[in-house]
Amino acid sequence: MAVIKLKELSEKEDRLTGGHRMCAGCGAPIVVRQMLLAIDEPVVIANATGCLEVATTIYPYTAWKMPWIHSAFENAAATIAGVESMYRSLKQQKKLPVDKDIKFIAFGGDGGTYDIGLQSLSGALERGHNFMYVCYDNGAYMNTGIQRSSSTPFGADTTTSPAGKAIPGKQQNRKDLTKICVAHNIPYAAQASPHNWKDLMEKTRKAMSLEGAKFMNVIAPCNRGWRTQTNDAIMLSKLAVNTCFWPLYEVEYGVTTVNYAPKKNRRPIVEWLKPQGRFKHLFKPGNEWMLAKFQEYVDDQWRAVVKLHNEAHPADQIDPEEGKTW
Amino acid sequence: MPKKVAMTGNVAVANAMRQINPDVCAAYPITPSTEIVQQFSNFVADGIVDTVLVTVESEHSAMSACIGACAAGGRVMNATSANGLALMWEMLYIASGNRLPIILSCVNRALSAPINIHGDHSDSMGARDSGWIQLYAENAQEAYDNTIMAPRIGEHFDVRLPVMSCMDGFIISHSIENIELLDDKQVKDFIGPYKSNVPTLLDINNPVTMGALHLQDYYIESKRQQHEAMKKAKKVVIDVGKEYGKFSGRTYGLFEEYKLKDADIALVVLNSAAGTAKVVVDELRKQGIKAGLLKPRLFRPFPYLEVANALKNCTAVCVMDRADSFGGAGGPLFTEVRSALYDLPARPLMINKIYGLGGRDLGLEDVRKVYRELVKLAESGKAAKLYEYITVRD
Ligand SMILES: Cc1ncc(C[n+]2csc(CCOP(=O)(O)OP(=O)(O)O)c2C)c(N)n1
Repeated sequence: MAVIKLKELSEKEDRLTGGHRMCAGCGAPIVVRQMLLAIDEPVVIANATGCLEVATTIYPYTAWKMPWIHSAFENAAATIAGVESMYRSLKQQKKLPVDKDIKFIAFGGDGGTYDIGLQSLSGALERGHNFMYVCYDNGAYMNTGIQRSSSTPFGADTTTSPAGKAIPGKQQNRKDLTKICVAHNIPYAAQASPHNWKDLMEKTRKAMSLEGAKFMNVIAPCNRGWRTQTNDAIMLSKLAVNTCFWPLYEVEYGVTTVNYAPKKNRRPIVEWLKPQGRFKHLFKPGNEWMLAKFQEYVDDQWRAVVKLHNEAHPADQIDPEEGKTW
Repeated sequence: MPKKVAMTGNVAVANAMRQINPDVCAAYPITPSTEIVQQFSNFVADGIVDTVLVTVESEHSAMSACIGACAAGGRVMNATSANGLALMWEMLYIASGNRLPIILSCVNRALSAPINIHGDHSDSMGARDSGWIQLYAENAQEAYDNTIMAPRIGEHFDVRLPVMSCMDGFIISHSIENIELLDDKQVKDFIGPYKSNVPTLLDINNPVTMGALHLQDYYIESKRQQHEAMKKAKKVVIDVGKEYGKFSGRTYGLFEEYKLKDADIALVVLNSAAGTAKVVVDELRKQGIKAGLLKPRLFRPFPYLEVANALKNCTAVCVMDRADSFGGAGGPLFTEVRSALYDLPARPLMINKIYGLGGRDLGLEDVRKVYRELVKLAESGKAAKLYEYITVRD
């Protein structure tokens, strides 16, 4: 695979143009633009209902310079499966309008992927369509006004898991969707983050080079929902990785590789929680247990993925506790 | 040469699909439509068709995959019943709103609850406002013929709408009849290659955005276009039905009139029950009673002017509904027909019977009773009950 060079990227045309109407500082379009820049082939996109879909295609405008379809909320995977099936059919019958190698991607938010779209995603992964599903994970139903999803972190104050007097925010830990996708034994599943554009783009390229169903889960900070500054998206995605809340790893044909392990700079989870208004109540006296519980969850998840890495790479062992200074 | 063969309604429809040879078929099993997909799977497995079969994990995904596939630029088919159609409900509107001429074979079955697997029209009637063209069939031959005509209707550039082709579950889907299959080549020539009048998703040189957000400033124009397309479908249905008749010997229109021209009393009834009613009409005619029948074929768009014209000389009409519209002013077919007759200078007297829900048999005696009631109604000018259940325990 060709190495990704910044100079080349700067000369490439954006496939998602500026002037779309996502909020200032939103992580999702950054993720989408980076990923699409990494792909040289023509791409057809299916987009689940959500912020990305709504804000980029307000008729009669569109920000997409490529074939794009939105059909509903819970079915981006099934929709792109239909597109890809038609591509295979027409290719076999030599009836394609343009006979080129075309790639297929579905984009969905965490609500459209972890929750309502889980069944259609699972079906499409199992059937092995040649496509990639990308979840831009902002940790809540943002488009409808910040309701909790099964990706929302423990403790978060959302409009349907408010930090109230009796119940201090969301009481459940997140669902591990990446693991669920890995359990489909697909060729490739990965987690990535927009602050590490090189890693994100290399993963995208690798995924696109493999036949079959691929899945990528990409953290996409939302300053409205997370209640942070508008210029915090990259800082917060970086901290999510350095606190090990969002480990960067990939599973290629069943082999788990942790792509980045914070060595000297592993940060305690409070550093990621503190700048976010949705976790403000966790820092109130009496809620120390919540911070402790959150840290424990992060540690467990991190150790689990490192264990898988270490089992797969005897010559490249990672110490999960390294750099843990608190 | 066309040949007569004995087969079930489902096998007949599966054979129509084989002859149409769609590019993609996405489907999910549900009684009584399952057999269509099973038969068709054999055609795929044996390499008899070019179709890519997408064995999705639900009907919602079946229709979603059909939408993606059709938007990608090809012919797409699918079959379902009852709960399957209900689960697709959201996507039915999205298919028609995006003007995708998907073909769906609906093998009519009662909706749950209580769960039931037999034929009534609650499923397709529930989808009557979803923007799909709806064709109904009395028997396996008509179901086969409608399936072959469906792509020509839906894909017509004046129309571009999805088509639902309905037949009664079990009564037709699982009964063996002698039907006439066309030659494969006749079907191929008749339907022609799939064409699109808008850029498709695989036309990468003309990137298209499909399914954009239409707010207050555009949504209603989009719906208006759909409305106009639906209106235009009527003429296309007539034209295609005539053209079909030329080589098959079976011409189709908007509805079938059975001894209706000089009828005093008439039934309006869909699908297989029309066969039963025709027997009774013949009996009554022998007794000198001027009975007739109107069997709608095209329910969406509803040809209300033509229906009114066909019934205008009747004194009394009973509309038979195999579905209820709970709390409405009658069953779905009744309200439609009654509204169609409103503008007639002299309106027939009208009553409505809800019959055969969940596959309850409609016997000759049940139909005789209805006609006897119509005779009385025509004489007295007064209906005992506007809207009631028959074929039901009291
Ligand atoms: C079947 C259905 N249920 C609910 C909705 C309402 N809805 C639209 S977008 C959305 C939230 C999307 O959240 P997510 O997938 O996390 O994406 P985000 O908006 O955060 O980008 C919801 C609940 C819908 N459009 N369709």
